[in-house]
Amino acid sequence: MAELSELVPVYIMGKRYDVPSSLTIMKAMEWAGYTLIRGVGCRGGFCGACATVYRVKDDPKLYFGLACQTVVQSEMYLGQIPFFPAERATYDINALKPVAATLFQVYPETLRCLGCGTCTKACPQELDVKGYMAAAMRGDIAAVANMSFDCIMCGLCAARCPAEEPQYNIAILSRRLYGRYLSPHSTHLEKRLEELSNHQYDDEIKNLKALDVDGLKSLYKERTIEA
Amino acid sequence: MTYTPEMHEMIKVVEATRARRINERYPSMSLEERQKLLQVFHPDYIKAGMRELVVGAGKGQRTPLELADVLEGRPHISPDFDLGQPEIETDVLIIGGGGAGASAALLANENGAQITLVTKLRFGDANTMMAQGGIQAADRENDSPAIHYLDVIGGGHFTNYPDLVEALVLDAPMVIQWLEKLGMMFDKLPDGTMMEEHGGGTSRKRMHSARDYTGAEIMRTLRDEVRNRPEIEVIEFCAAVELALDKDGKVAGAVLKNLETEHLFYARAKAVILSTGGSGRLHYQGFPTTNHYGATGDGLVLAYRAGATLSFLDTMQYHPTGAAFPEQLLGQLVTEKVRSLGAQPVNIHGDQFVYPLEPRDVEAAAFIRECKDYNNGVITASGQPAVWLDTPLIDIIHGPGTIEKGLPAMVRQYKRFNIDMTKLPILVYPTLHYQNGGVKMDAHCRTNIPGLFIAGEVGGGIHGRNRLMGNSLLDVTVFGRRAGVSAAEYSHGNQPGVPDLAHVDMWNKMLDEAGINGALKSPILLPKYTRQV
Repeated sequence: MAELSELVPVYIMGKRYDVPSSLTIMKAMEWAGYTLIRGVGCRGGFCGACATVYRVKDDPKLYFGLACQTVVQSEMYLGQIPFFPAERATYDINALKPVAATLFQVYPETLRCLGCGTCTKACPQELDVKGYMAAAMRGDIAAVANMSFDCIMCGLCAARCPAEEPQYNIAILSRRLYGRYLSPHSTHLEKRLEELSNHQYDDEIKNLKALDVDGLKSLYKERTIEA
Repeated sequence: MTYTPEMHEMIKVVEATRARRINERYPSMSLEERQKLLQVFHPDYIKAGMRELVVGAGKGQRTPLELADVLEGRPHISPDFDLGQPEIETDVLIIGGGGAGASAALLANENGAQITLVTKLRFGDANTMMAQGGIQAADRENDSPAIHYLDVIGGGHFTNYPDLVEALVLDAPMVIQWLEKLGMMFDKLPDGTMMEEHGGGTSRKRMHSARDYTGAEIMRTLRDEVRNRPEIEVIEFCAAVELALDKDGKVAGAVLKNLETEHLFYARAKAVILSTGGSGRLHYQGFPTTNHYGATGDGLVLAYRAGATLSFLDTMQYHPTGAAFPEQLLGQLVTEKVRSLGAQPVNIHGDQFVYPLEPRDVEAAAFIRECKDYNNGVITASGQPAVWLDTPLIDIIHGPGTIEKGLPAMVRQYKRFNIDMTKLPILVYPTLHYQNGGVKMDAHCRTNIPGLFIAGEVGGGIHGRNRLMGNSLLDVTVFGRRAGVSAAEYSHGNQPGVPDLAHVDMWNKMLDEAGINGALKSPILLPKYTRQV
């Protein structure tokens, strides 16, 4: 199919290549002969490895996207983003309290946010990064956790931030605090764990393990399916 | 990029039958019907796609052509490669930085071992990151580990290794709590009850989720925790090309390769955990894949060449719902959670043709039959066959907003290509998803090679001939943890002798004797996607 679509010119690190217009940025680079090592990961929009910045001819604006999810356009200028080393704190999740002071203590730069919104413009997931940073400054951990949930940690927000915030690292700290401390307890899970620690299911499993295929098949057929 | 006018006409047919279908429950198949369908339409049964291995401990085992070729490839290094100057010395070397490797690192660390984790791409660029739908654990009142056991082993056509299934289902609730204590955010009701759904082949609702980012949420949490323990050394863009053994056949580390500088070096270790994942990027039988870029079966090659036993290598999982349109998304995952929430597979006439939640192999075979045999599929402009997945049903059944809230990744994926899956159905077709088999292991993740441990997709036997949804995120965490414990314990009592590469020498001779003179070097490390001109 790729061969059937029209060719458009793109510029990779300055050099012109004519590539099928249906390709994504990632496949266009491969079409041009690049064997990718950096800037490629899951190829499905989940890992953040291929976050990229590009421009289009005669347009001074920088555009952001995932190379595996963005289709090329004519006169696009492409380059690969180098590894981006944002600040990341080391902490013991078990020793933290889920309160505002924790965020400010682990990431003091949180309060330096200018609220300029450059991060939001750079986010290939179209998250409200500025919004969750505002929530972080208010110390609203639950809001940061939920607003940042779809973050793929590509780092473009941090790369563009004039205040040098590691937004995505502040976000995962908040999510972990939320999941660990603020999310409501599951009593059914705790009950099952107690039963398991009493070895309540061991015999039943042992009996199943001892069955031959015919025995297992008849039990399998008898299962009732929860509606 | 968006639907063509012809497709919009076809969608009208799907919309016209929707009201009737909402309350229509398509019957599920009997075990006999399943078997009959699989034998004709599942890719595992296409004889032309398979061959027997002719070299190694698994001589005579059947496996896909593409995998057989890499298993019987030439080593990257010569047998006289210098192992005298290890650049890394560690207790436990973990090869692979996905969910299994990260879990293993945490537990090996807690069990007193010094750890080096090497990973071919970035830490966390792995299939775990891409798993969307959920993780199984029997933790509700009407469920039990025994019911989970039956679902797993029935889904695997009663071929699974019982000890491994036992470990999987009994550890499951503990793993959920472990993940939560690490700070993972599960979907819950306000009272704390886990929101759990069905997956294909489950008899109870036990699919825990984190929206449709379940694997990503697990991976980023585990990775963050590993990074909080600076004593765990993580080296990225570093692949393994060969295991090293001592004279007694015990593991003594591995030869590694910096992917960027191409520098090869020896890492000495008392124990090695292979957590290298699957092999979807080998594109068996030409299928597109949901797998990440590095899924090239490296661990299978390393283990096999060193003499490990492989099992179930003739069975791969084709996920029924890979994206079939637009072309840019071809083969990418449409999570099974879409069907868990009520979307029905529908043919070109607007009719259901299969129970939406059969085990994956059965569901996939039914899609292939509907298109290839019954000619009831849609053919896209690029010639790709497909069936409809009627996604708007979800909001009709559960209320408006359900799709956006429960499947944000899927909505975003399609929105990028101007398709609103909350309003319009999407086109899907089976895609290569998972390696059901792998290196044979026991419930402590041990192999027939002393000091070699296995965790995650590279392992074989847990899922038998077919894995159910939600049991791979469970597999990587359960057996990742177990491998970490086992390898740490082993490393406290074992010191390998002088390392050598005698098995590489022997391997070359066996290839020569078998008349295999191809130039293919394996593991291949990365797929070749540059244009061949």
